[in-house]
Amino acid sequence: MYLQKQFLVVNMCGIIGVIDRGRSGMDGSGIKEALSLMNERGSGEGAGYVAYGIYPDYPDYYALHVFYDNLVEPKKKVDDLLEKWGRIVQQEEIPTYEQPGLRKKHIPWRYFYKPHKDLVVGSSTPEDDLVKTLVMDINSRIDGALVFSSGINMGVFKAAGWPEDVADFYRIQDYKGYIWLAHNRYPTNTPGWWGGAHPFNLLDWSVVHNGEITSYGTNRQYVESNGYKCTMFTDTEVVAYLFDILGRRHGLSEDLVVKALAPPFWDEIDAMPERQRKIDHAMRLTYGAAQMNGPFAIVVATSQGIVGFTDRIKLRPLVVAENGNKLYISSEEAAIRVMDPAVQNIRMPRAGEPVIGRVIV
Amino acid sequence: MTLGSVPLRYKVSIDHDHCMQCMRCVDNCSYGVYRVEGDKIIIDSRKCTACHRCISMCPRDAINLQERPVDYRSHPLWTAEAREDIINQARTGKIILAGMGNALDYPVIFDRLVLDACQVTNPSIDPLREPMELRTYLGKKPSRLDFRKNDEGDVELVTELAPNLKLETPIMIGHMSYGAISLNTQLSLAKAVTEMGTFMGTGEGGMHRSLHPYQDHTIVQVASGRFGVDIDYLERGAAIEIKIGQGAKPGIGGHLPGEKVCVDVSCTRMIPLGSDAISPAPHHDIYSIEDLAQLVRSLKEATEWKKPVFVKIAAVHNVAAIAAGIARSSADAVVIDGFRGGTGAAPKVFRDNVGIPIEAAIAAVDHKLNDQGVRNEVSIIASGGIRNSADLAKSIALGADAVYIGTASLIALGCRVCGNCYRGLCPWGIATQRQDLVDRIDPEIGGRNVANLIHAWTLELSELMGAAGLNSIESLRGNRERLRGYMLDEGMLKVLNVEPVGA
Repeated sequence: MYLQKQFLVVNMCGIIGVIDRGRSGMDGSGIKEALSLMNERGSGEGAGYVAYGIYPDYPDYYALHVFYDNLVEPKKKVDDLLEKWGRIVQQEEIPTYEQPGLRKKHIPWRYFYKPHKDLVVGSSTPEDDLVKTLVMDINSRIDGALVFSSGINMGVFKAAGWPEDVADFYRIQDYKGYIWLAHNRYPTNTPGWWGGAHPFNLLDWSVVHNGEITSYGTNRQYVESNGYKCTMFTDTEVVAYLFDILGRRHGLSEDLVVKALAPPFWDEIDAMPERQRKIDHAMRLTYGAAQMNGPFAIVVATSQGIVGFTDRIKLRPLVVAENGNKLYISSEEAAIRVMDPAVQNIRMPRAGEPVIGRVIV
Repeated sequence: MTLGSVPLRYKVSIDHDHCMQCMRCVDNCSYGVYRVEGDKIIIDSRKCTACHRCISMCPRDAINLQERPVDYRSHPLWTAEAREDIINQARTGKIILAGMGNALDYPVIFDRLVLDACQVTNPSIDPLREPMELRTYLGKKPSRLDFRKNDEGDVELVTELAPNLKLETPIMIGHMSYGAISLNTQLSLAKAVTEMGTFMGTGEGGMHRSLHPYQDHTIVQVASGRFGVDIDYLERGAAIEIKIGQGAKPGIGGHLPGEKVCVDVSCTRMIPLGSDAISPAPHHDIYSIEDLAQLVRSLKEATEWKKPVFVKIAAVHNVAAIAAGIARSSADAVVIDGFRGGTGAAPKVFRDNVGIPIEAAIAAVDHKLNDQGVRNEVSIIASGGIRNSADLAKSIALGADAVYIGTASLIALGCRVCGNCYRGLCPWGIATQRQDLVDRIDPEIGGRNVANLIHAWTLELSELMGAAGLNSIESLRGNRERLRGYMLDEGMLKVLNVEPVGA
């Protein structure tokens, strides 16, 4: 049984993200090459991709990607649960192509799903809340099933293997997205577990993360007290939940969310002009338990854009580059250059400084 | 004389080869152990409390002290103490009084919790070279913030924040009243907290005028006797604390004997000279949680909602639910005092048997408040038996925002935990109002010593956090991932919500 409690997973790894702010689709071949270039940062035990805009035929339906250990018991339970709370308009096995270095360990399945929003009371985002609850419920209660992607018109593709094998396993070159994130994993725990690979996703939020969150215990308690269940046994999943709480439920902008997670130091805040100081002071008091500590570089994506940032003293690398409508964020400049040899404005953001790319159409 | 005398508790002797007859021991002992007859120093060991004042003042190390020099027949159940307590009560028919904290040999949970450090997968942080943030704000915090854009398109904060206390280090000094301790002791503590950017409690004894220069670093207490409380007192404090209970004696009140009520104490407490100051067991205007909420609101109204109001309770079995109730009032912080908390005087049966350890209480309260989604509504201040920076770090990792220390700060002033505070003869000048004894503390030097202690713990906490890969105190708070239990049973691990070592 792979999908049960393991020790906490921490991650080293290489990350890369790209957005075309004009929403032009890019197929997955470029990011596959970029990620493979960072194989020095991985160990062949986990890689993954997420792309936005890949299911234009289902623009209003939640695309649920699920790992099944078999299609008998767990699937029946998941189908029943989904049918009880909404409508499955389409479901199929995600097409995969076994590679010499990558055998199928779980059966990746996808649903296009519409929740019955009138079943939820007291929420301004009933559909999101219902899907979130279903994801938490399936992942914590149904053995042999793991929902690893649950947003609209987007999808995660991940497995335990080298980046190129995982890419070819799913043939990500067949998908066209305007945002891609990718992650090359060097696991120190649960190496064989597909669920432990990045990106992590909840609803519209996807996260790739290089590092280790030393504040995990505090952050976990904070997200759990807000109704989330940590089921993936990796520190990265709390990032997705923190973005969901602060970004979606509290309505904070991306730069304010980053400010909550990697705030300025008190010395800096004390020296700010009054209006700014008041905001930063209140942010730290209110969101202390959401603050993330330890070394990390993170890129988060939604259908509206991407944001990259590092920890407050930048203990993990992060490089940014641009070319026209395209914005790249990566662990390594070389990876960006493989994808796009003509990039410009290459720079390294300061510790804790958010780098934001928003769609403009 | 049916009962006769019990064996000596301590046996004091002087090594006459070393003694130079300077008489410092005679002068320093306020319990009357030593007296001079001719050119000889005569010792009455029966009066000794093992306060070590004579030993620390002897320039020749000529004094020797032995505990229990006379053996009883050994017995695992009928210990010497059990036998002596019975003899004592057979003689007097009274409740046995005791000082300082719980003296029974319960396992110390702190000593079965170990902290974490980084290796390879993440770098430890060197606090000498990188920022390390211990600044702590105590008080209500909103659960979310709302912003709006003004006409110029700038983001503005809409949410109003309640006043919080700002601490430069999460170590405060707990409430010890003027009366229970001397003015010079309070002055020493006040100087120390002012220098270190933190706070001390006044206790239920009012605020002596010589503390006024330090009032911005004091928390004034309102307890069941209401001693020393008027609007001037409330307005002077940086915060107000309602004391419901105390870890050393949960469920009962206090009693300051009239002998300790000198002119200054009587003025500060606003009670007649020489009268016993008795704090009732409950507040007679608080018989339920809604009554407490009313008092919190009344104090806030009286001080125009400018000051945080804390509520202190003893750690008892149901502490988590009580704290959740307090969180729902307008209170800004709940102070939990564990069963090892110190006291000037408590019935021994309470001191040693009532209440629960602070470690379990912090974890239970933090868990319950998180469970109910109200953790942001109150800060948690832990107290009762915090001995060093490791206990401090572990308290915060279990969920506390800050701690109060009491006994530790007194040890920094000379206290040797002899436990005779209630007798008013403290030879160190701490738990006494006798002027010649009080004068033994110079508040300048005392303040320096206490500030040193807080500074040292602050440095050690920074190092522990840096080693664990944390550079702000928020990320240690409630971070049980950084703790492991060593030889704790499964039930205890569950209460603490901590994994065992190796997991």
